[in-house]
Amino acid sequence: MAQSVKKPEKKFVDIGLDEGAARLTTDMIQQVISRVLKGETSAYLKAYVDTCVSCGLCSEACHYYLSHDKDPYYAPVVKVKQTIWEILKKKGKVSPEFIKKASEIAQTECDLCRRCAMYCPFGIDVADIILIVRWICYMLGVTPQYIQDIANSYSVTMNQMWIKEDEWINSLQQQEEEAQNEIATLRIPIEKEGADIMYSVISPRPEFRAQFIYKAAVIMDTAGVNWTMPATPGPDNSDMTIYTGDNEIMGRVKKTHFETAMRLKVKKILMSECDSIYDIGNKWLGWKWYPIEIVNSIEFYYELLRDGKISIAKKFEEPVTLHDPCNVDKGSALYKMARYLINATCKEFVEMNPNREHSYCCCAGAGVINCGPHWKMKQMHGSKIKARQLAATHVETVIAPCHSCYGGLEDVIRHYKLGMNVRFLSDILYECIEKPRVVIDV
Amino acid sequence: MLYSNCWNWETGTRLVANTGNWKAKFEWVEEPNVSPDGEKIAAIVKIGKGEFNVCVNGKIWGNHFDRIWHTRFGPAGRLTALVSQKGKWTVAVDGNAWKNSFDYVWNTIFSPNGENIAATIRQDSQYGVVVNDESWGKMFYDINNLTISPDGKRTVAVVQTVAFRKGDIFKFQEGCYTAAPDGKAWDRNFVNVWGLAFSPNSKKLAAEVRTSLYDYTVAVDGALWQDTFSCVWAPVFSPDNKAVAAPVRVADKWTLAENGKQIWDRKFFQLWGQIYSPDGSKLAAIIAPKFGKWTIAVGGHPWITTFSDLITDVVFSPDGNSVAAAGRDKGRWTIVVDDQSWKDTYDMAWQPVFSPDSRNVAAKVGKKEYYTIVINGKPWKHYCEALWNPVFSPNGNKVLIRAIENGKYYRRVLPITKI
Repeated sequence: MAQSVKKPEKKFVDIGLDEGAARLTTDMIQQVISRVLKGETSAYLKAYVDTCVSCGLCSEACHYYLSHDKDPYYAPVVKVKQTIWEILKKKGKVSPEFIKKASEIAQTECDLCRRCAMYCPFGIDVADIILIVRWICYMLGVTPQYIQDIANSYSVTMNQMWIKEDEWINSLQQQEEEAQNEIATLRIPIEKEGADIMYSVISPRPEFRAQFIYKAAVIMDTAGVNWTMPATPGPDNSDMTIYTGDNEIMGRVKKTHFETAMRLKVKKILMSECDSIYDIGNKWLGWKWYPIEIVNSIEFYYELLRDGKISIAKKFEEPVTLHDPCNVDKGSALYKMARYLINATCKEFVEMNPNREHSYCCCAGAGVINCGPHWKMKQMHGSKIKARQLAATHVETVIAPCHSCYGGLEDVIRHYKLGMNVRFLSDILYECIEKPRVVIDV
Repeated sequence: MLYSNCWNWETGTRLVANTGNWKAKFEWVEEPNVSPDGEKIAAIVKIGKGEFNVCVNGKIWGNHFDRIWHTRFGPAGRLTALVSQKGKWTVAVDGNAWKNSFDYVWNTIFSPNGENIAATIRQDSQYGVVVNDESWGKMFYDINNLTISPDGKRTVAVVQTVAFRKGDIFKFQEGCYTAAPDGKAWDRNFVNVWGLAFSPNSKKLAAEVRTSLYDYTVAVDGALWQDTFSCVWAPVFSPDNKAVAAPVRVADKWTLAENGKQIWDRKFFQLWGQIYSPDGSKLAAIIAPKFGKWTIAVGGHPWITTFSDLITDVVFSPDGNSVAAAGRDKGRWTIVVDDQSWKDTYDMAWQPVFSPDSRNVAAKVGKKEYYTIVINGKPWKHYCEALWNPVFSPNGNKVLIRAIENGKYYRRVLPITKI
């Protein structure tokens, strides 16, 4: 691998980084770093760094590296070298400018997709290392403005979009009314204690993808699922503070989420189509696994269809392809279930290549899309390989069972003028399932 | 006030309502609520397009509404609902809507004696509280965590007093939120305020606060504890009103602090849900003695019994000598009392209830689609479609069971020896 490390992108302006770094001194930096890098964190970080032989095999795994014509600057090992290695080598004696750069690399040049971990002969997880860099930068107050604002939103509302309690409930009620124009008896049951399922979503609001609640409600109503949604803070299953390094708010959001499920005495939490690295917050709190079982929507819909609780009335006519979200695939075998659903609902399915756990990241995940418009072009340049992959399918519909991927792919399609549209799995299911109680509103 | 003194405790079973028939009478029937004394069962029903009502023991309220949600019985048996007419929302109590209506109303809460009812409101994009049909008057940019005092005369909420644009991360860090007891904001703002608690005499107020992005502590009537911590959880007052206890995170471990000083000499992987015994002599809390293990600590001493998944709904007995909780181990729920788990496990378990004499513990539990009551680990051999928490008679010899069986709602009073 070439050793020269240059940064080809133009300078980006972000007050979260610029003003945050301006408030720092080298002493402050050293103190914070020594606080973070101790105990267990220090031990496994040292193991990673001591194990890495700089072979560069991780490079070919990284969509940023591939999208930038194999520029070594974007190789995972170089990202690590430019951040934590320097921090360790200099025992935390690094400059504010260094921290600003480290934050930019960690927050906007790595989606924590973990593809590189599969290519590393030692299995070094660069995502873990980058998360520590993000944590250090957060503790130093150097986090991109937009994602810090999202973290602030979580701290107040427990959701990522500053949705107030009344707006949330009102949004559910509006969705229910809209759905009743189609199915007169359909309900979105709010605060139903003892339901089997608590449906958790990524803070929607009426003007932003609220329709997926409506569609999920239709699917669950058709399948006769005993479900509910809370009227209190805690419905949001994303927890973007995982990605900023604000562990305390991450824990608080997760605590609220699971305590809401415990209060409602539900048996399971159904997670909307989401690729969040979900089991970090619960571990910070001391829960080894989820205290209340979490079911991913892909698995949930798969079981409904497999068990005959929903049936297919018609098939989706247009050829479709599937984007495999990174954590859905690397964390489990859900990709098989996604394909089962697509093959059952769509006339023609065209695989993207590579796919499943080898799929390229959408370049939006792990908070990259949430860093705001300052970084949008950087995200687009990092997704060139994804755009090529999409174009090679020659289909017009891509299914993305994840909100970040959905948004990221919309951006990619627009930027590269691919002429495609993005759908959730629930969009396809909603269109294709037998709905026994259709009412035409006259 | 212990209302159960006034209830009918005559042993026997009485059919209160044939709820199964309601589905034939109305377009739809929502999940029912039952009054604390078991005498009434109520559900929101749809009468026609855009017409909703509440059916109580088979009879509907005199007024229809455009929309109704969140029916709840208060401790004194009054039935509230959040109702909408022509786009405006208010609270209806036993079918009578309050005179004042708002752009939106939510989160109905009751004083312990049930006499006072409060809810949060939105009017003209501003937020406040309404108590017994009277608004605080003062409105704020946002509101959450509505809480009512033990005497029912005071309310408090977390409020936003400073406006800031979305994305203004530095303004946010200056502190835009505070607590507003009775609508009067504390004179100091914080980055965040959560977990509000009134003292038992209703005179003091404690809250967990974040003073910067990295510093957490407890504020009592706006005054901060001397030390800050890397995190805290919600505080509680001691029964004598003198102490405030809160979990605090110190050097990546959790312990319990009282009035700002650490009072337990042990630290745990996690600690929350602390409660005082009724006489204030003991403190119990949910703890994780190590990662992935959950139990109760009383006075800082962990129980031997641990649960892999969670512990919740901790309660002291009235005499303060026992502690009970619901817990889940390897996916199965049970009840644990004084470090001893009940033998049976369940798909779900609700908060255990002590008898007034502290000698017996009952809990609602669920298996598959059915629910029953378990007393001291022994199940009642009835399997109900719906069931509410058991209530012991004032002398502790009987238990009130409120249950729907075969589509009919029954009020049962059984001697506990019959279970």
